[in-house]
Amino acid sequence: MTEGLVAVAMSGGVDSSTVAALLASRGVPVIGLTMQLWDQRRMPELTPAKPSGRCCSLTDVHDARAVAQALGIRHYVVNFEERFEHQVVQPFVQEYLEGKTPIPCTFCNIYLKFDLLLELSAGLGADRIATGHYARLSHDADSGRWQLRRGVDTGKDQTYFLFGLTQEQMERTLFPLGEYTKEQVREIARLANVPVAAKSDSQEICFVPGGDHEEFIRAYLKEQGRALPPGGGEIVDSTGKRLGRHNSYYGFTVGQRKGLGVAAPEPLYVIGTNPETRQVIVGTERELFRKEMSVGEVNWLSIPEPDHPVRASVRIRHQHTPAAANVLAVKGERRAQVVFDEPQKAIAPGQAAVFYDGELVLGGGWIE
Amino acid sequence: MVVGIQALGATNRCYFDHNATTPVSAEVLGAYLSALRSPAGNPSSIHAWGQTARRILDEARARVADLVGCLPEEIVFLSGGTEADNLALSGVVGAHSAERRHVVTSTVEHPGVLKTCAHLETQGVEVTYLPVDGMGLVDPDELRRNIRPHTVLVSIMHANNETGVIQPVEEFARIARQAGVPFHSDGVQAAGKIPVDVTASEFDLYSLSGHKFYAPKGIGALFVRRDLGVQPLLFGGRQERGMRAGTENVAGAVALGEAARWAKVNMAAEAARLETLRDRLEQGILERVQGSFVNGKGARRLPNTTNIRIAGVEGEAVVIALDLKGFAVSTGAACSSGAMQPSHVLTAMGLKRAEGRSAVRISLGRSNTVEQVDALIEAVAASAARLQGLAPSDIDEDDD
Repeated sequence: MTEGLVAVAMSGGVDSSTVAALLASRGVPVIGLTMQLWDQRRMPELTPAKPSGRCCSLTDVHDARAVAQALGIRHYVVNFEERFEHQVVQPFVQEYLEGKTPIPCTFCNIYLKFDLLLELSAGLGADRIATGHYARLSHDADSGRWQLRRGVDTGKDQTYFLFGLTQEQMERTLFPLGEYTKEQVREIARLANVPVAAKSDSQEICFVPGGDHEEFIRAYLKEQGRALPPGGGEIVDSTGKRLGRHNSYYGFTVGQRKGLGVAAPEPLYVIGTNPETRQVIVGTERELFRKEMSVGEVNWLSIPEPDHPVRASVRIRHQHTPAAANVLAVKGERRAQVVFDEPQKAIAPGQAAVFYDGELVLGGGWIE
Repeated sequence: MVVGIQALGATNRCYFDHNATTPVSAEVLGAYLSALRSPAGNPSSIHAWGQTARRILDEARARVADLVGCLPEEIVFLSGGTEADNLALSGVVGAHSAERRHVVTSTVEHPGVLKTCAHLETQGVEVTYLPVDGMGLVDPDELRRNIRPHTVLVSIMHANNETGVIQPVEEFARIARQAGVPFHSDGVQAAGKIPVDVTASEFDLYSLSGHKFYAPKGIGALFVRRDLGVQPLLFGGRQERGMRAGTENVAGAVALGEAARWAKVNMAAEAARLETLRDRLEQGILERVQGSFVNGKGARRLPNTTNIRIAGVEGEAVVIALDLKGFAVSTGAACSSGAMQPSHVLTAMGLKRAEGRSAVRISLGRSNTVEQVDALIEAVAASAARLQGLAPSDIDEDDD
């Protein structure tokens, strides 16, 4: 078996293609693995006229293969569709029905990339996997721990989606792009003649073409022989006073302002939904701010679980500027209590909370 | 930045995927090249060049006919197994103008047959798909029961591409004949590997493909019994008794003829050699790999094929691991990447989803040696040990 073999998770996009090019140019023995996660031929009613920017489309698999051919590396497509449906799509649907705002990319990282793919790679004799995430890993000699840092390109930093990494996973993972900006990555791709150097970034959730979550969930449930439960109900304020009606509570996100159709003296925002009563609760901008939250399924990465409150910058959604807070780990429960210095706007259950010390990722979990 | 081809660790490549395709053999390549180099004209032309081409083509036809035991004029040259299956099914069904038309086939056929049947169903043709038992065999009584007054064709494969299981096609042909229904067999995996006599067995149609027995891709043949009416798929010239329009692929036919000649002469010895190697391979893997089983064991099988499932392992992972060690095997059919539905053949044999997905097909051929077989046993044992326990254990193995 080849010493030091690295398996590159190749999606067919610029980032992971550049990872393969970088490692190959450094003389690292690499193979490319493309995860087939979702059959785009399912639910054809969702397929938009222009099928681009979606994972697992045949085009992306072909792109990954073309890149591997250009680089002269072995490439394989591995089928993880069953696991993906069980661990990513179904929880996504379930949380959505519960009125939450799920992050399927994080599920995919936890259950597919850094679990199944890592294990498969080990089984194939690859010591480590490499992905195109913008994040940095390093080993701290003093504590003996692997640590995760934000990518150099703060605009592209993807550590928010990686809070679930364990020490064992970090030890066996490479994030070669963490040291580069997106512009540099495109330049490297161009210089290395990577065929997809000019391909646009994918933005939406890979299995939801067009980005319409409700349309996807309706089609998925129909395929499963289920119907989307009726979602229509009342719009109420925080005192329970009826302000109007909505057609469906699904898809309302905490902090959302548009699409309420309620006239009020000051702008109203969604501050929560109640799946049982199907009520959407709205309030003023002031009511949207909260100072505290509790976080579940917490994973501490770069430091061991602290036994005292730690000062941290806490990010509550991908595009959120981390805010100063005290984080107190709840011993033995994998939970944490977060108290912000300043109240934060639109804390949404189902989103992740990630704790930073500067660029170091301390830990993270799910907002409850 | 210049990037070279990465050799990885494996330098010796051992090819064990002959049911997917075979390399062109030296004698076939020689015949093929000389046919390409010859100044032969169009076989339909009147002049000497045309006559030479006609003679070369007909010699090749005689050799293919000799392999399967029919008259030369009963051989239709075409592009390969898929076209042969398409022509057999669509051609016979299309020659019948009756309002109700019915076809009997099996659930374990190659897509060349199954997809053609699915297409015929959209044209209003009724199709019965006979089930198979745990060994992959169709029950002759099932066939007898399912032939209807308006059945126009029975099509059951000779040997299965994934398991190598050989159907009792002579018996099926007899049953069909008694009912007055033509019988087609997809012999793509059997032709050149095991004896077949389409005349003695009273077959009406028989498909074969050159690249499964050392001829190039792109040439195949369909045996069509002399007095059987078949509607062509392609319209144009009167080539191939009007059943396959288009100027003949003369060099391809010559290559197929040479492959047929070699197979006929060497079949008994090569089959015995491969069967010994295959049995050694099976025994070695069964002894060395925990939870390994041979799919289709107990049935008559092709001498070169084994299909082994390894508990707790994805066949796909074994194929990749072995490729990295320099061995080419497959998960079953050489399907397009990523389309990892569990094999319809193994599912039809009653295997659970996870069992079907844990299958690896190893198919031997002329280049394989006892040393290669022993090396493959080692490699399978090492890969399986490393991979075992990696199957997604949190997924219910009993669903559908």
